Amino acid sequence: MAQYSLEICYLIASIAFIIGLKFLGHPESARRGNLIAAAGMFIAVIATIFLYKSPEGKPLGNYVWIFGGIIIGTIIGTLMAKKVQMTAMPQMVSLFNGVGAACVALISVVEFSHYNNAHTGGSLFNGLTLTIILGTIIGCVSFSGSIIAWGKLEGKIKDIYLPANQLINIILLLAIVGISGYIMSLHTANVNMLLIICGVSLIYGILFVFPIGGADMPVVISLLNSFTGVAAACGGFLYNNQAMLTGGILVGSSGTILTILMCKAMNRSLTNVIIGAFSNPKAKKADGSAEQKVVKEISVSDCAVLMSYSKKVIIVPGYGLAVAQAQHACHELEKVLEEKGVEVLYAIHPVAGRMPGHMNVLLAEADVPYPKLLEMDEINPEFSTTDVALVIGANDVVNPAAKKDESSPIYGMPILDVENAKNIIINKRSMNAGYAGIDNDLFYDDKTKMLFGDAKSVLQKLVAEVKAN
Amino acid sequence: MEQVITFIGENIKVFYILILSIFLGVEVISKVPSILHTPLMSGANAIHGVVIVGAVIVMGLADSNDYVSLVIGLLAVILGTLNVVGGFVVTDRMLEMFKKKPKS
Repeated sequence: MAQYSLEICYLIASIAFIIGLKFLGHPESARRGNLIAAAGMFIAVIATIFLYKSPEGKPLGNYVWIFGGIIIGTIIGTLMAKKVQMTAMPQMVSLFNGVGAACVALISVVEFSHYNNAHTGGSLFNGLTLTIILGTIIGCVSFSGSIIAWGKLEGKIKDIYLPANQLINIILLLAIVGISGYIMSLHTANVNMLLIICGVSLIYGILFVFPIGGADMPVVISLLNSFTGVAAACGGFLYNNQAMLTGGILVGSSGTILTILMCKAMNRSLTNVIIGAFSNPKAKKADGSAEQKVVKEISVSDCAVLMSYSKKVIIVPGYGLAVAQAQHACHELEKVLEEKGVEVLYAIHPVAGRMPGHMNVLLAEADVPYPKLLEMDEINPEFSTTDVALVIGANDVVNPAAKKDESSPIYGMPILDVENAKNIIINKRSMNAGYAGIDNDLFYDDKTKMLFGDAKSVLQKLVAEVKAN
Repeated sequence: MEQVITFIGENIKVFYILILSIFLGVEVISKVPSILHTPLMSGANAIHGVVIVGAVIVMGLADSNDYVSLVIGLLAVILGTLNVVGGFVVTDRMLEMFKKKPKS
């Protein structure tokens, strides 16, 4: 009876996960979906604590330890999630993914050592051993990879290109496969060998993410997320636990699809991201054009006048806006312009910022009305009737090279047609190239004027000037 | 070969769940607007925190004198909880922002 109650709780949890994921896919129901999935998780955990019995019929003990761990985790997790800046969301997701992956790896190692005691003779060449090893490998790779991804987005770790990085990765992979094969050929569980696999997998995860550029991090995080899902499913198989199995596989498959969708939004293939067409900046410099191109600067007050007497202004936000925490200043500018009768819209490129949807979340935080945020397909026809396009800290998503230059690494990526606007004002901190590391012809366009400076301070000055006008 | 067939045969239910879940995951996610990619990833991230169930089992079955297992188990429970709670709270914070859209 108790056994069936547990199974039924897992069934309910699995259904909650499926419905939760489904609801998360629509803007109106997304929040409810998240809560439903959380409720499912709550049921699964509570049911496990009180109803689970080992195959020998032993109920769980050590309640103090279990609840202690859960309480510590809940407090730290809630604090971290509540305190994090909206701009730092992507790295937070990566970090949480990493700890989940570490959890799987730990469980696998512990289970393997138990297995050691329980196993009497016979070969280890079976599905269970394979599942434990897979859980360990994927968990470790996903853990170290996520931590590196987190470090990169935090700006703590730079892109590092080891010589022969691909070759080293292949050797590491072969080593992992080789040791796994060796463990399975033995007759007793060799925990030390499994720990060596842990070590090699951790290094592999690090080297896997090292050379991938910061702009591609969302794709990598999404990929590692689906890895962890698969690792969780391995755990589910290990314990014959349906909630872990369905939850893990669901995340594994939906995460893979999500990764592919993200790649599509950037018009790149997954292999392209992983092998890294962007990754070697030296290759691009070779054909460096000799001609000195000049940009035109504009002062804040000129810019304010230009915008105050426009009919329609489109703001194109990018990562620069997020870094400078300029979303509130941006909303402020939009309000003062609207008071002067200027129509203000936002053009949101699907991959602006560091994550799809990054700009929406950020601007929503500053109370920018939802209907003002227009997606690429809606806004592109609007540019031809726009007086001023104000580009704030965005670069690659407005680079015309994506349309014209076949040799450009971003060739084929859909971009915002900013160049159709009557005037283009670009706010940047410096003339450095964007994340893809390529020059942008838009900056040298006749209609373009550069407004250098930190997005937040520039926008605040603009607001003051527009008010004074 | 024989081992493979026996393995699949013995775990046939698992394989059914596996295959159906894969297709379900793909179906559920397709056609999601790009603005929801980040919250969706974050939500999925919280769901794979279900590994906490495994951590709880490791912890609960550990011998109360086996301090190595207890400590590793405790660490696993903490990490798993971090993943679950942090994941759901962060997702909720992201989605909260989409919710208040005054239709004016």
